[in-house]
Amino acid sequence: MSDQVQSEVRVIPDSVPFRRELYSRILKGCMFLCIGITAALVAFLILYILVRAVPYFSWEILTTKPSYLKGTIGVLPDILNTVYLVLTALVIVLPLGVGAAIYLNEYARSKKLVKIIEYAVETLAGIPSIIYGLVGMLFFCQFLGLQTSLLAGALTLVIMSIPVIIRTTQESLKTVPSGYREGAYGLGAARWHMIRTVVLPCCIDGIVTGCILAAGRMLGESAALLFTAGFAHALHGYIDGITSSGATLTVALYVYAKEQGEFEVAFVIAAILLVLCFITNYFAAAFGRHMHKIHADSK
Amino acid sequence: METIFDVENFNLWYGENHALHNINMQIEKNSITALIGPSGCGKSTFIKTLNRMNDLIPSVRLSGSIKYRGQEIVNSKINVYNLRKEVGMVFQKPNPFPMSIYDNIAYGPRTHGIKNKSQLNEIVEKSLRDAAIFDELKDRLKDSALGLSGGQQQRLCIARALAVKPDVLLMDEPTSALDPISTSKIEELVLELKKNYSIVIVTHNMQQAVRISDYTAFFLLGDLVEFDKTDKIFSQPADKRTEDYITGRFG
Amino acid sequence: MNLLDKNNKDTVESIAGTIFLVLGIVNIAFVLLICIYLIIAGLPAIGKIGIIDFLFGTKWASTAAEPKFGILPFILTSIYGTAGAIVIGLPLGFFSALYLAKIASHKVRITVEPLIDLLAGIPSVVYGFIGMLVLVPAIRSIFDLPDGASLFAAIIVLAVMILPSIIKVSITALEAVPEEYELGSLALGANEIETYCRVVVPAAKSGIAAAVVLGVGRAIGEAMAVMMVAGNAANMPSLFESVRFLTTAVASEMSYSSGLQREALFSIALVLFVFIMLINAVLNVLLKRGGVKRK
Repeated sequence: MSDQVQSEVRVIPDSVPFRRELYSRILKGCMFLCIGITAALVAFLILYILVRAVPYFSWEILTTKPSYLKGTIGVLPDILNTVYLVLTALVIVLPLGVGAAIYLNEYARSKKLVKIIEYAVETLAGIPSIIYGLVGMLFFCQFLGLQTSLLAGALTLVIMSIPVIIRTTQESLKTVPSGYREGAYGLGAARWHMIRTVVLPCCIDGIVTGCILAAGRMLGESAALLFTAGFAHALHGYIDGITSSGATLTVALYVYAKEQGEFEVAFVIAAILLVLCFITNYFAAAFGRHMHKIHADSK
Repeated sequence: METIFDVENFNLWYGENHALHNINMQIEKNSITALIGPSGCGKSTFIKTLNRMNDLIPSVRLSGSIKYRGQEIVNSKINVYNLRKEVGMVFQKPNPFPMSIYDNIAYGPRTHGIKNKSQLNEIVEKSLRDAAIFDELKDRLKDSALGLSGGQQQRLCIARALAVKPDVLLMDEPTSALDPISTSKIEELVLELKKNYSIVIVTHNMQQAVRISDYTAFFLLGDLVEFDKTDKIFSQPADKRTEDYITGRFG
Repeated sequence: MNLLDKNNKDTVESIAGTIFLVLGIVNIAFVLLICIYLIIAGLPAIGKIGIIDFLFGTKWASTAAEPKFGILPFILTSIYGTAGAIVIGLPLGFFSALYLAKIASHKVRITVEPLIDLLAGIPSVVYGFIGMLVLVPAIRSIFDLPDGASLFAAIIVLAVMILPSIIKVSITALEAVPEEYELGSLALGANEIETYCRVVVPAAKSGIAAAVVLGVGRAIGEAMAVMMVAGNAANMPSLFESVRFLTTAVASEMSYSSGLQREALFSIALVLFVFIMLINAVLNVLLKRGGVKRK
């Protein structure tokens, strides 16, 4: 071990070798370039849609239905169809998803069953919507005889969005400190009573977040609805609407843009969808943050 | 003896918090300097200044002077990457990278531009030998470093630090996460390394300071209370607070 | 009070337990329902056409007098399209994620991340619509083609659509890497960029691989946006030709199909489903290894 000479002078060089400097600069440049492209892309999409849509926005287009007689186009039926569809699907998926999450987190004893169910849920999350559309058509429209209707579409969306609800509910169930549960058990509470009175109230935020996320996905869904919910633009009340064929905003956008070449109304719908997407994201993030804050506080 | 670090009127703030006050000390070449003191006394903060790892915390401000072999490192334009090559560091928790043992050791030399395979092989073997772990690991150089025991991981980290041929080794409580047997192996190793390197070690363990160090610095609440030869500090401390601390009255 | 007494409360409790068990198991039933329906609907046509002719036939002419049902063009288009989307989307998403996770200031991050979320939430028909109006004409004029609706247009739209999931999963993976690795590398004299690229990224590789596989799943399953920009002719794939994906093959003919043609469409869906199941299996392994939660 004599390779270090005692009197060696060690001076710190001012710069790193050029190759290292170049490597770092190139990589940093790539990062700036890519984030720049990504940001520009988002900005372009938002501005392009809004700028093209604004001139066509009018009270009339939002509050009427399309009329071949008058030659006008209105998106009110599509808005109502979307509302009917999303509300119906949410009302059904909520107990299913929350219930499944409660089973997985609070009741399940068999690790194996939990694994199988969780695998099933992950599988559901990965299936593309066109396949949901096909199976929804075969099962709900044909086998159950619902015909092409918003109800069939809603039921299809229920299966599609179960994973979202289960996942967010499970996450918030996990944030409930186990001390709460032990406390309730210690007072002699039974399991369901304890869940109803102690656990569920703590994770309302998580469940709401799940609902908003699920609603966001439903609003944006189209491939699954093409063969299940149909294309009609008739103006209906809830009961008639849910049992008859109807286009949601996304399906209407597809039909107007691709098949009819009505770009004005298509831009209006695209802008509405963009705004809805923004709103759902905003609220999901707000509730999500609230949930994490509670989690952090309880730690 | 030569001085390797010359610290004069050094102050450090975390935001508004004045964490180190007017530190003055000279660290000798080829010696082991132990920094002791209760948690939060600033000893870890101080050691991280010696290779400018504190730069990573945005709110840190420094004043005064620390010279490494005559070159100013506080608030100077010195190239920190080259400084860190000279002044290596071993952390409290062993932190081998999630790659093979060989790649862990070769990481530093490769970063500094050595690509030649036989040269790398040589450096890896020498570093592992210097860290007294070559015989244990020579047959599993391609295995993941994460599979080693805690003590082996820490000696691997020392070998990794040696591979860039540093001048100084900073060790921030290198044995606090290890069992007694691994600890004594590391201590033997540190004593061996003293021949070729200057070592600054932060330790919570006063016996360790006594066993291995030549000089001891006692920090308390951001002040350097006393700095002297280790046997002097532990036999006749000049300051009452040092005495209280080493006799276990607080800490 | 007799501790062995049963009362109403116990009945409620046992009913509740049963209901939750059923709600859990329903999910397995859903998956089985989808599998069984696809198999029942999809297998007969494969049997009639012959699995080799179906999977490797290069000609699809479902409505011809002598119909041909070869779906190789669709399979290859889906594979090429997805690969192309990854080739463009991965570097873009990966470097963006690296920037956001490691370099960006807090302020930049909280501004950009909601935009990425917005990108993830924009409905696929909107992407298709913009692609149709902006991208397709642009490709036509830049490359001087008779029609811009092509595999290339689809690849770009898909690349944009998978971008947010690649970015989000990569960020999660990069942030899951312990800080000690970074410190260890910096203490050896590596600079920040070297540290990120040579220690952090390799340590996050399973998570990043998961991001890629997730992107593959998204891209291969996307129907509407692709249908609006790819042209939908059943050609063998070529970058500037009109092409049809597995998804769009199902969607474009379903509304007017009948007989063997309709059955063949279900067979295509079955093939797509098998692809997706394989991708999901890979994804699950990677997610477990990378310790990254699925978003």
